[in-house]
Amino acid sequence: MVKYIIKRLILLIPVLLGVSIMVFVVMHVFQADPASIILGQHATAEQIEKLRQELGLNNPLYVQYWDFLKGALQGDLGSSLITKTPVVKEILSRFPATIELALAAIIIASIFGISIGVISAVKQNSIVDYIGMVFALLGVSMPIFWLGLILIVIFAVQMHLLPVAGRIQIGLEPAHITGFYLIDSLLTGNMASFKSALSHIILPAVALGSYSTAIIARMTRSTMLEIIGQDYIRTARAKGLVEKVVILQHALRNALIPIITVIGLQLGSLLGGAVLTETVFSWPGVGSYTVEAILKSDYPVVQGAVILLAVVFVLVNLAVDLLYAYLDPRIKYS
Amino acid sequence: MLLQVKNLKTQFKVKGGVVNAVDGVDFEIDRGEVVSIVGESGSGKSVTSLSIMGLIPNPPGKVIDGEILFKGEDLLKKTKKELQNIRGNEISMIFQEPMTSLNPVFTIGKQISEALIKHKNMSREEALKKSIEMLELVGIPSPEKRVKDYPHQLSGGMRQRVMIAMALACGPELLIADEPTTALDVTIQAQILDLMLKLKDKLGTSILLITHDLGVVAEVSDRVVVMYCGKVVEKGTVMEIFERPLHPYTEGLLLSIPRVDEKHDKLFMIPGVVPNPLNMPKGCAFADRCHRCEEICKKEVPPLVEYEGRQVRCFRYLNHKEGKV
Amino acid sequence: MELNREENVMLEGGVEKTSSPWRNIWSELVKNKAAMVGLSIIVILILIALFGKYLMPYDPNTGVLAESLQKPSSAHIFGTDEQGRDIFSRIIDGTKISLRVGITAVAIALTAGIIFGSFAGYYGGKIDMYIMRLMDIILAFPSLLLAIAFMSALGKGIDKAIIAISIVTIPEYARIVRGSILSVKENEYVQAAKAIGNNDMGIIFKHILPNVMSPIIVRATLGISTAILETSALGFLGLGIQPPQAEWGSMLGAGRGYFYNAPHIVLFPGIAITITVLAFNLFGDGLRDALDPKLRK
Repeated sequence: MVKYIIKRLILLIPVLLGVSIMVFVVMHVFQADPASIILGQHATAEQIEKLRQELGLNNPLYVQYWDFLKGALQGDLGSSLITKTPVVKEILSRFPATIELALAAIIIASIFGISIGVISAVKQNSIVDYIGMVFALLGVSMPIFWLGLILIVIFAVQMHLLPVAGRIQIGLEPAHITGFYLIDSLLTGNMASFKSALSHIILPAVALGSYSTAIIARMTRSTMLEIIGQDYIRTARAKGLVEKVVILQHALRNALIPIITVIGLQLGSLLGGAVLTETVFSWPGVGSYTVEAILKSDYPVVQGAVILLAVVFVLVNLAVDLLYAYLDPRIKYS
Repeated sequence: MLLQVKNLKTQFKVKGGVVNAVDGVDFEIDRGEVVSIVGESGSGKSVTSLSIMGLIPNPPGKVIDGEILFKGEDLLKKTKKELQNIRGNEISMIFQEPMTSLNPVFTIGKQISEALIKHKNMSREEALKKSIEMLELVGIPSPEKRVKDYPHQLSGGMRQRVMIAMALACGPELLIADEPTTALDVTIQAQILDLMLKLKDKLGTSILLITHDLGVVAEVSDRVVVMYCGKVVEKGTVMEIFERPLHPYTEGLLLSIPRVDEKHDKLFMIPGVVPNPLNMPKGCAFADRCHRCEEICKKEVPPLVEYEGRQVRCFRYLNHKEGKV
Repeated sequence: MELNREENVMLEGGVEKTSSPWRNIWSELVKNKAAMVGLSIIVILILIALFGKYLMPYDPNTGVLAESLQKPSSAHIFGTDEQGRDIFSRIIDGTKISLRVGITAVAIALTAGIIFGSFAGYYGGKIDMYIMRLMDIILAFPSLLLAIAFMSALGKGIDKAIIAISIVTIPEYARIVRGSILSVKENEYVQAAKAIGNNDMGIIFKHILPNVMSPIIVRATLGISTAILETSALGFLGLGIQPPQAEWGSMLGAGRGYFYNAPHIVLFPGIAITITVLAFNLFGDGLRDALDPKLRK
């Protein structure tokens, strides 16, 4: 198993190299001149040229990439053109917020998605099934940022049940342990913080998870329908097991193998969706930070954020693969 | 009498109509007996067995009439829960497809244990110990290791042994075996049949064997029920059926067994095909394929008549005195 | 020669066979109510896109500031936006953009995906490896994130949105095409086509692709919904279509600052996106069911 993981990690190296080259090239070939961004509109041509020299922007692209890669391997992705702070530091400080939001979304999506899918499959062609599938269809058809706005209008602006935006009420931030507010506030027993963090995360997590909920529900339903028709389900019933055990143990355990794959893939795509949700809810994560950087043409930040998110995405997908192998006894690690 | 099936009728709703898969079937099984139900696919033999188990998928299927008396109590009147307590405990079943009948994600130990934990209130450890005993009983080598295996690690024959171990774990009084050897190699078939018979004697289980293979029937059964298109067409002891079949369909089935002792150029085949269940003929369902078909056969459905102490569904025996046909 | 003619007949027979299933699929599809609802909505949307200018009560791009942020009324059935423009007219005007971007992006991605996928699948070996590694790299990004990165580099505009969205979906099509080609490459009719001296391009495009089209078509139909969603996301982030051109996503983005007091400003564009995406999803699901014989009962 360890050997297999190492092998898979080694296979990731070329992909990650490719990722870094692609982002680097895209950013450098098309991007407006960073020197003129730093210096602003009133800079003279000479000033710009001087800065270009200093930044190494006149070197051939491969030399620039080599410098970038050397830095990246040492954990240096350059500095923001605007705030001058190191990109890695900026991103890492925002990372827990994004991960916390993505995990909350995937947990909500898994719970609701699997439940809806199982119920729909067991009650196939009933009214419950139809309602579940209509919701699932809406879930894959609604833009999540729009759902976010609508949720804000309903639950925050109209009903005043939940906060409009942000991650926690200012001043209530818990002591930094993991960086996840929900966990840190629990660890420190700070219930006021926990309540605030929880009320802040509900709407963005629901909005971000809506698409995944729908995908998981549809996947669960079709997989369960297929499995309920299998011979071994008949065997389980022939043993006299109660229906709950037949469905939730014998059928769901088999269905979980493909379902978990889908959940994992969704977790990856949530990182992309986070860009939108974080913007809608002013969630202080990597996503909203990236969008800000794009609008300000702060290309080292965009480059660093995209690469880091891609690395996380690739690692999540690898973890899904490994989990899949672990769950299905028929698959051997080789 | 251990099991009495009376006038069992099971229907399936399909596209374009309703199929009477089992249409008024009667038969019984005594303690310690092996009864075979024989017929081609579509004869309703498997549906009969699933009806007894209460495993007819509903929808589209449903038992609409009749009684299934198990130790004198009608299974059709039992609640879901009562049936669950009988299934796998007093009546158990093994299926045709050993390759797909075991759950791929659980060890065989867990799968055998489940029934024991549910029906015999055993703890996990006790159940696992008993599972190992059962595996040993069905002839699986090094059972204490095998119990941790997953189904995909076993061959087809081994898996069918596991199915038998699973079915017999709780010591059922009735074992329903639906084509238990059909999917297996010939050599393995004989082993599995031997095993079933041996265990039957050892544990005193009655067996209801569902098969299309008359060779298997001859080897193991005491009595035979021949089914065609959802109806019983003939019943008798295995000797009677093989020595002197009454129904033309039974005759046809017997003629189509390949024999080593006789030299035929060609294997006999019953002409024609089974009628479309959505469009059954008005008279005898076998009439179109029968070489003794008469006028009346096409007009009316023949009743099950007593003849020489046996039962057969054919007009030829209706008005004839014994011994005159 | 004789043999060749026979084989040609056989091959033509093979191609002909694929044309009659299309009719079966259509009759299967007509029975599927959800798919028909989807198709009807798509047809209506296309009509709106084509003839929308006759339906618009106001000019979509000029507003009267004095009438800004009005709630829906008989004069403006969907209300007005922050610049006093008629939202109903802007939604109608935005239809053609969404459909155009969605359909063109998928068409481009599909073409590129078919080319990459067929080369990879048909030739195998090194070509396969290089192409698929490139696809892996694209797949290593969450697709929306990569589209955003491209947009930030390419600059704003509808053509650039189309390019960004199509690039990130090429691997999906390439993978399906490659898989399908691998599965039929060794089939007899392909071998026969090779044996009678068809060139590789001819074999790929005339003999293989027609036989592997169904999963590709399904994916492409569902891909249009994804593309429309991504377009609207880019618009929402201010990276897509540039003002004053009306686009549903950018209408939402622009409306963000005002929706506390005037929720209608974000309500209607979102409904328009949802209905459009839903239509393609319904139709795509229906197509998949009709094309997948396993599901046909």
